[in-house]
Amino acid sequence: MFKATVYVTIKENVLDPQGTAVQGALHTMGFDDVERVRIGKYMEIDLNTTDRAEAESRLKAMCEKLLANTVVEDYRFELTEHVKEGV
Amino acid sequence: MRWAVLVFPGSNCDIDCYKAVEALGEPVDYVWHTADDLSAYDGILVPGGFSYGDYLRCGAIARFTAVMGALVKAAEAGKYVLGICNGFQVLTESGLLPGALLRNNSLKFRCHPADLRVENAATPFTREYEAGEIIDIPIAHGEGNYYCDEATLAELKANNQIVFRYAGSNPNGSIDDIAGICNKAGNVFGMMPHPERAVSELLGSVDGKRMFTSILSAWRESNGAAAR
Repeated sequence: MFKATVYVTIKENVLDPQGTAVQGALHTMGFDDVERVRIGKYMEIDLNTTDRAEAESRLKAMCEKLLANTVVEDYRFELTEHVKEGV
Repeated sequence: MRWAVLVFPGSNCDIDCYKAVEALGEPVDYVWHTADDLSAYDGILVPGGFSYGDYLRCGAIARFTAVMGALVKAAEAGKYVLGICNGFQVLTESGLLPGALLRNNSLKFRCHPADLRVENAATPFTREYEAGEIIDIPIAHGEGNYYCDEATLAELKANNQIVFRYAGSNPNGSIDDIAGICNKAGNVFGMMPHPERAVSELLGSVDGKRMFTSILSAWRESNGAAAR
């Protein structure tokens, strides 16, 4: 089994209105040291495979096709192998 | 001319679209997202709403339904495809139209009448409007902020694919005030405002009606005046 954590973020050159609003709120609260806020998505995916290379290529396909819209978003993922409990 | 209105779980402007076509006296069917054949239809409407609850991204999940496979084939065959609001988002997600729709720059769901300028009156969707005409069509969206990269924008301009721009203040921050674009071939069109909500004086505007009559007259012209 592999556990994948997928991060989807808005591309650097694309405006992130949510991040801008949160940044403004943090400033209002007195967190003046905040220079920039970008909001993205975090996903956890369990994959039923023992082949790391296969898991990577499957995840890449998932990200390209569905999990990220590559017109406006970037993605990256981390894979960690783990053994099912009781197996 | 036979029309289809696609219906996904969460579509909520399907009935408005159906009624707008019905008012033309043309045959129209609701087509559920599991259908895999649209070959019987000449015009296909992808309605507004919140398909699949807008989960992940607006239109991202709807884009992988069976009916979307059929829609891609219909678009390639030159059928008229009109995506409104969430329908526009579905068309960009599917790659039938370039770019993407982002969160409104105000972060607010904007729901009010909007003035649009007809930039291209030579498409099958706008042939009954005048170029430069200002029309009154309501908007209702939280993610209508059209974005594309500079190269795509230059291409849209070069091919006259920008069909509508917001004429008053831009309600969502879209690039170059874009409200609606078509594909290069001109048979696939997506827009954030709702023409189907502007087809009767009772609704506050009739300016959307000519979009539907435009499509009908374009179809009649290319299929012989007697065809139905």
